[in-house]
Amino acid sequence: MNGSDQRRMGPVPPTAPQNGPSRGRVLVVDDDAALAEMLGIVLRREGYEPAFVSDGNRALGVFQQTRPDLVLLDLMLPGRNGLQICQDIRTQSTVPIVMLTAKGDTIDVVQGLEAGADDYVTKPFKPVELVARVRAQLRRGETGQAESLAIGDVQIDVPAHQVTRDGVPVALTPLEFDLLVALARKPRQVFTRELLLEQVWGYRHAADTRLVNVHVQRLRAKIEKDPEKPEVVLTVRGVGYKAGPP
Amino acid sequence: MPGAPGPGRPRTAELERIRRGLRRRAVVARRRVRRVARRSASRAVHAWRSSLQVRIGAITMVVAGTVVIIVSLVLFSQIRDQLLGVKRQAAVDQAQAGVLYAQDEITGIATGDASSVRATLDRTVNALLQRGGAAGDFDVVMTYRSGGREVPGASRAFIYQALPEDLRADVDAGNQSYRYDEIPDAVGEPRASLVVGGPVQGDTAGTEEIELYYVFPLTQEAESLSLIRNTVVISGLALTLFVVGIGVLVTRLVVDPVRRAAGTAQRLAEGQLEERMTVRGEDDLARLATSFNAMADSLQRQITQLEGLSQLQQRFTSDVSHELRTPLTTVQMAADVLHEARGDFPVHVARSAELLKGELDRFEGLLTDLLEISRYDAGAAELDAEPTDLGALVARVAAGMYSLAERHGCELGVDRPEEDVIAEVDARRVERVLRNLVGNAIEHGAGRPVEITLAANRSAAAVTVRDHGVGLSSADAQHVFDRFWRADPSRVRSVGGSGLGLSISLEDARLHGGWLQVWGQPGAGAQFRLTLPLTAGGDLTSSPLPLRPMVIRRQGAPS
Repeated sequence: MNGSDQRRMGPVPPTAPQNGPSRGRVLVVDDDAALAEMLGIVLRREGYEPAFVSDGNRALGVFQQTRPDLVLLDLMLPGRNGLQICQDIRTQSTVPIVMLTAKGDTIDVVQGLEAGADDYVTKPFKPVELVARVRAQLRRGETGQAESLAIGDVQIDVPAHQVTRDGVPVALTPLEFDLLVALARKPRQVFTRELLLEQVWGYRHAADTRLVNVHVQRLRAKIEKDPEKPEVVLTVRGVGYKAGPP
Repeated sequence: MPGAPGPGRPRTAELERIRRGLRRRAVVARRRVRRVARRSASRAVHAWRSSLQVRIGAITMVVAGTVVIIVSLVLFSQIRDQLLGVKRQAAVDQAQAGVLYAQDEITGIATGDASSVRATLDRTVNALLQRGGAAGDFDVVMTYRSGGREVPGASRAFIYQALPEDLRADVDAGNQSYRYDEIPDAVGEPRASLVVGGPVQGDTAGTEEIELYYVFPLTQEAESLSLIRNTVVISGLALTLFVVGIGVLVTRLVVDPVRRAAGTAQRLAEGQLEERMTVRGEDDLARLATSFNAMADSLQRQITQLEGLSQLQQRFTSDVSHELRTPLTTVQMAADVLHEARGDFPVHVARSAELLKGELDRFEGLLTDLLEISRYDAGAAELDAEPTDLGALVARVAAGMYSLAERHGCELGVDRPEEDVIAEVDARRVERVLRNLVGNAIEHGAGRPVEITLAANRSAAAVTVRDHGVGLSSADAQHVFDRFWRADPSRVRSVGGSGLGLSISLEDARLHGGWLQVWGQPGAGAQFRLTLPLTAGGDLTSSPLPLRPMVIRRQGAPS
C-alpha cells in the first residue's frame, strides 16, 4: 500500500542477451500505443518476441496468425473488450493469458479470471513484476517426470498433460492442470492459498488469494461431479485446500 | 365433599389433606386471577398508549359521564322538590282546615269523662276523613291530653305509635309543623309519608291539649320519582354511550387517514420510493396527503439524484483510475529501464534516474491510496470476507516487515495464541491495515521494540500494535485518523506513506463492522487496536484486548 518494499533498489534481475534465441512469442493486446511500445521494449530485453494488436475486433485474428505462447491482455479496449477476447481465445486454446487491469476491484478481477485469464497484473506495475508473471506462466509444463497421480476417480497423467475422470478426458488449462498436480502430489498436505500462489503462480510475495479461489472454482466446475459438494479439491476452513482421498 | 369422614371420630389426616388441597386450589386460583388481572392491565395500558382511539374514547366517556351525572342529579332533585312541594302545600292547607273544623267539633270535650272524650275524638276523626281534601289519601290522628294522661283517636292502627317524636315536640310547643317519615301502612309495612301536625285550640284554656295529625302516604310520589329516576339514568347512559360513540367515530375518521399516512411513510422509509397517499376531497386530511406526497416526491428526487451522483462518482473513480494508471505504467516502466541502465550514465543523469524512480513510487502509492479512499467515499467498497487464519496473517505481515524493522534497528515481536484464530474477514484489507499499523509503529518507534499481539474471544478477535516511541498526546490521538494529518509536520518520513493510510485502515475496519482505536501517551508510545467480529456481519460488544496497555513497560530498551 505504501510501496515501501518496492522502493528498495534491489539488484536488477539477470537479463537475457537481446539477440539470443527467442524465449517465446508474446501477443500484447493493448490500445495504448506508448504502453504497448514500452511493453515491447521490456519484453524484448528479456528475450521474448512481442507481437501487437490494438483493436479488440482484430485481436482473435492476430492471435490465430501469430500463435503466441502467451497473451498479455488489456481489459479496457475499443471494440471487443478484454473479457470477451479472453472468452474467445479460451474457446480455441489453453494458452496462458495474463490480464493487464487498471482496476483492483474484486469484481473486475474475478470477472477476468472467470473469463479464463490465468493471472493478472494491476497497473501500474514494474517491469520486474510483469516479467516474473510472464516467466512463471511460460515455465508451466516444462517440468514433468513420468508419473501418474490419482485423486478419487480422477486420473492424472503428468507428462502427457492429461486428466481423465472415470476414463473420460477432461480439458484443463495448463494452470488448472498445475493446480491439480500440486495438490495431488502431496495428498496429505493442506495448502494455504499463499503456498499455492507460490507453487503454481510463482509469486514470491503473497499477492492476491482471489486468484486461487477463482481457479479452484473453475477447476471444480470441470472435475467435480457436484461442484457444490467437492470430493477432489477439498476446502479446509480457515486454512486453504487439500486433495481429496485417492 | 369427596372422602367425607365417616360417623364418629373424624379422621384428622383426611381432613388435613382436604384442607391442604383446598388451600392449594385457592392459591392457584388467586395466582391465576392475579395473572389475568396483570395481563389485562398491561393490555389496557398498551392500548391506552398505542391507540389514539382508545384514549379519546375513554376521555370522552369520563367527561360525558360526569356531565350527565351532574345534570341528572340536578334535574332529579328539582323534580323531586317540586313534586313534594305541591303535595306539602296541599297537605298543610288541608291540615289547617282540619284543625279549624276540629275546633268546632270538640267544644266541651273537657266536660265529658274518658269514654266520651274517646267518642268525641273518634267522631271528629271520622268526620275529618269524610271531608277528604285536595292532597289525596290520608289518615288522621287526634290526641287529647289532660293532666299527663293522653287519649288518642286514630283512623287506622299503627299510626299513633309511629308519629315522629320531634314533630310531636314541635306541636307541643304550639306550632303547626310537618315531617317526612316512614309510617306503617294498614298491614304494618313502613311507607314514606308526609306527616302534618298542629295543635287544636280548645274552648277552655287549661291543662288539656288537643293535637291533630294528618298522615299522607307518598306512595304515588315515590312511584313517580322512581319512574323519573329510571328515565334519567337510562337516558343518561344512552347519552354517554352516544357521545362516546360519536367521539370514537370522529377519531376514527381522523385516525384512519393518519394511520394510512403512517403506513405509507413506513413503506417509504423502507425504500419503496414510489409509495404515495391517495388524495380525496379538499379537507385537512387531503392537505396532509398532498404535502406528504410532495415530501415523498422531493425525497425521491433527492435520493435518485444522490444515487446518480454516487454512480457518477464511482464511474469517475474508475475512469480516473484507468486513465491515470495506463500512462503511469508506461512512465514507471520507462523509469525502471532508465534506472537499471544508470551505470552507463554520467553521475547527474544517473542520480536523476534514481530520483525519478523513487518519486514515481511515491506518486503511485499516493494515487493508489487516493483511489482507495474515493472508492470508500463513493460507497463502492465491498467486503470480500471468507474464513481466514488471523494468526498466519499476522505472522505473514510481521515477516514482510522484518526488513523495514531491521533498517530502523527495531525489534519486532509477535505474540499470538497457540490455537488458530479463524475469522471471516477480507484478508487483503486486514493485511493492509496491519501492514500500515506495523509500518507506522516501526517508523515512530524510535528504534525501540514493536509488539504485535493477537487474541480472540468467542465473538471477536483483536490485534494490537504497540510501539514505545515518542507517543501521542490525546489531542493527536483524535486526529490520527484524519486525512493527510501528520503528528509533526517537520518529521522526516521514511515510509512512503500518503497521509491516507490510517484513514483507509479505519474505513477497512468499519467495512468489517470492526473497530480501529488508538491509545497514546507522550513519551510512553502508542498502541493501535484493531477489533473484528469473528463472523462477517457480527456485532461487536467488547474487544479481547485492552486498548490501554496493562503495564507501561520499560522505556529505554536497548535497540
